[in-house]
Amino acid sequence: MTRKDVVITGIGLVSALGEGPDAHWDALSSGAKPVVDEASYAPWTVHPLPALTLDAQIPKKGDQRQMEPWQRLGTYAAGLAIDDAGARDLVADMHLIVAAGGGERDVPLDEQVNAELANGSDIQSQGGARLNEMLATGLRPTLFLAQLSNLLAGNISIVHGVTGSSRTFMGEESAAADAVRIAHARLSEGRGEIALVGGAFTAQRWDMLLLYRGHDGMWQGPHRPLSERQAMILGSMAGFLVLETEESARARGARILARLDAVASDATRRTAPGEAAEAARNLLPRVAPEGVDTVISGASGDPAAWAEEEAFLSGLDAPVRRPANLIGHGVEGAFPAHVALAALALSRGGFYPAMDPADPGADAGDAAAPSRILVTGFGQWRGEALAALSRAEKN
Amino acid sequence: MRDHLGRPLVAVTGIGAVTSLGFGVQDNWSRLLSGQSGIRHITRFPTDHLKTTIAGCVDLPEEKGGEPFTSPVRVERMASFAMEEAVAAASIGSKGNFPGPLFLGMPPVELEWPDRFALARQAGDPSYAAMVEATAGRRDIYETYLFGGVGERLAARFGTRGAPISLTTACATGASAIQLGVEAIQRGECTACIAVGADGSVHAEALIRFSLLSALSTRNEEPEKASRPFEKNRAGFVMAEGAATLVLEDYEAAKARGATIIGLVSGCGERADNFHRTRSNPDGRAIVGAMKNALDDAGLAPGAISYVNGHGTGTPENDKMENFGMRAVFGENAPPISSNKSMIGHTLSAAGALEAAFSLLTIRDQRLPPTINHDEPDPTITLDVVPNVARDASVKHVLSNSFGFGGQNVCLVLSGEPA
Repeated sequence: MTRKDVVITGIGLVSALGEGPDAHWDALSSGAKPVVDEASYAPWTVHPLPALTLDAQIPKKGDQRQMEPWQRLGTYAAGLAIDDAGARDLVADMHLIVAAGGGERDVPLDEQVNAELANGSDIQSQGGARLNEMLATGLRPTLFLAQLSNLLAGNISIVHGVTGSSRTFMGEESAAADAVRIAHARLSEGRGEIALVGGAFTAQRWDMLLLYRGHDGMWQGPHRPLSERQAMILGSMAGFLVLETEESARARGARILARLDAVASDATRRTAPGEAAEAARNLLPRVAPEGVDTVISGASGDPAAWAEEEAFLSGLDAPVRRPANLIGHGVEGAFPAHVALAALALSRGGFYPAMDPADPGADAGDAAAPSRILVTGFGQWRGEALAALSRAEKN
Repeated sequence: MRDHLGRPLVAVTGIGAVTSLGFGVQDNWSRLLSGQSGIRHITRFPTDHLKTTIAGCVDLPEEKGGEPFTSPVRVERMASFAMEEAVAAASIGSKGNFPGPLFLGMPPVELEWPDRFALARQAGDPSYAAMVEATAGRRDIYETYLFGGVGERLAARFGTRGAPISLTTACATGASAIQLGVEAIQRGECTACIAVGADGSVHAEALIRFSLLSALSTRNEEPEKASRPFEKNRAGFVMAEGAATLVLEDYEAAKARGATIIGLVSGCGERADNFHRTRSNPDGRAIVGAMKNALDDAGLAPGAISYVNGHGTGTPENDKMENFGMRAVFGENAPPISSNKSMIGHTLSAAGALEAAFSLLTIRDQRLPPTINHDEPDPTITLDVVPNVARDASVKHVLSNSFGFGGQNVCLVLSGEPA
């Protein structure tokens, strides 16, 4: 089978540092400080969303009302990517893969139910009857749709008209890496010419903190550099990519930000130290047989995953940047956001200064203008993934 | 052997199924052919104040007499059962060592009420802030409710290769899982893989949420009569649980190892709708597009399809649109269509996989399962819906439709083994 080359023609990027390529390039190039909210969810520090001009991407108020912040963020960032690619007229046949978590619960209602029933009678009898009553009168219909994972993709179809196909992957960091991997593979083998892929994560949510807190890897207290805390601080972010066959991009005269050379993933059981590092070492020749100049690391801060990734990176001899120090860990949003940052750097012909005090090769000289960038993703629990991007020739 | 696009043929060499009709392919298929309903009154939890008190529950033997399992545990157990059955039928790999990846269609999962209550009790405070504090060290909660948790545990148990992919496309989820597996084989990523659709979401909150969308039948007094696809008095779907697994293989590799070929997945088509969150565009564009794309992918003209396993949920809207779409694709000579959901209810994330499995058995046995509860024909439904009684038919290719909330539509073409 002939494999087509795949390029990135648009990125939709939102983080606590702002929205869009310019905001991120400027902030990261000038040694931005992390934007954090240390109070609202104390002791859990989060990187908050910037103010979004929702009307610009989700013009109908009715659509906005059908969503909660997570779906709005993803739908918004997807629109940014489509605009960045100048691909508004290609949405009808654009394929879509979204990496999704769960949407927001009705936190006040949950707390109200807890207050009345947590200490009460058996949920299998009277307690259950009262629970039904409280939910039946308290739940709002729109919140169900806002909570459904596949409705982020559904909203992207409705708001932006993306209707080629629609798939939603679930499974934290891995889901996002595999979304990018499969979107790339499908274009490469000729299933369509253009695809939108990405994920979004909202950190300012108690229900997310409740899920991730059970893991030992969450940081409590004021922000500290990633390398000094080795624990996760969650960050609101979205990363969406418009992927396109090079053929299609050149034929329509689209601006090519970067080539997406290859994406590969694995999931070891991590039963022994070194397994995940070994998996990544095995993936490397599949994505970057000729090596890479620099690395954008998906390090979440989780200590076990950190050790594995360090073992892998130590064999690379390439400067590493760890965005999570500045924008937090964005779970399903992280991998596509990091691929977007790599594409951005390649399109600007530069790279980012150190993002963490421990970034090796922190003086930018040896990484001034990489022509090939590796993006890593070591999931906080499972999943190892690598993507390689390279600089595209000018049209 | 290659298909009309030069791709390897994709064979099905093992299937497994669990629904409210029973555990295992054989029981399910014989009960479907005899027109039995698995829909019953819910007994697993109190149903006071619920508008709908019936469902196609799969109550697991392991939970009898104790607290009901949470949704992720239920999904994992049912998926595991169907995987065991399918992998054993395919006689592939060895125990805990399956030679390919896992594609798992499943519902989103989240912490459930018993966990919230326990955490709030432990914290002595109903707030989320207090519950979060109380989850310190609770890796069990974390690993149970991570979206990747069920897939990881199944991948570990069956020894599948690479990162398991868990996915949701609402009511098309099971079909999407199969499509991802077919694509992986076609692109040469693997020669075998497991595709699963599983759902175990029948709990009070889920019923309430679907009721708020006015999607569910409330015919509580006659559970077995409640699911009435394509019938005049249909008034909503019946939530149900279940799982199905297909072992997919490169046809030549399967033949080379002497595997029994149950059939082929010869085409997959999808099309997203951008009309509305819970309704399809009245012009039928997306569902017609998905059906046509599946036929094109299989290299078949509409006339080659001898039976359609319908999405047929029993909501007024779906069945009307499906009838419309069928006419648009097949014209006057539309093949018979029937809905397994009339008997097993709407198994949501499992439906596409279960219905693909039953489509293959339809081809194997040359017998069409019926649409039961067809008491009063709806004059606007002009299709032959195989009313009430199974019948023999000559079947080479089946189209299986799955149309989801959120506009995610997937159609599969299942075929017999090439002569």
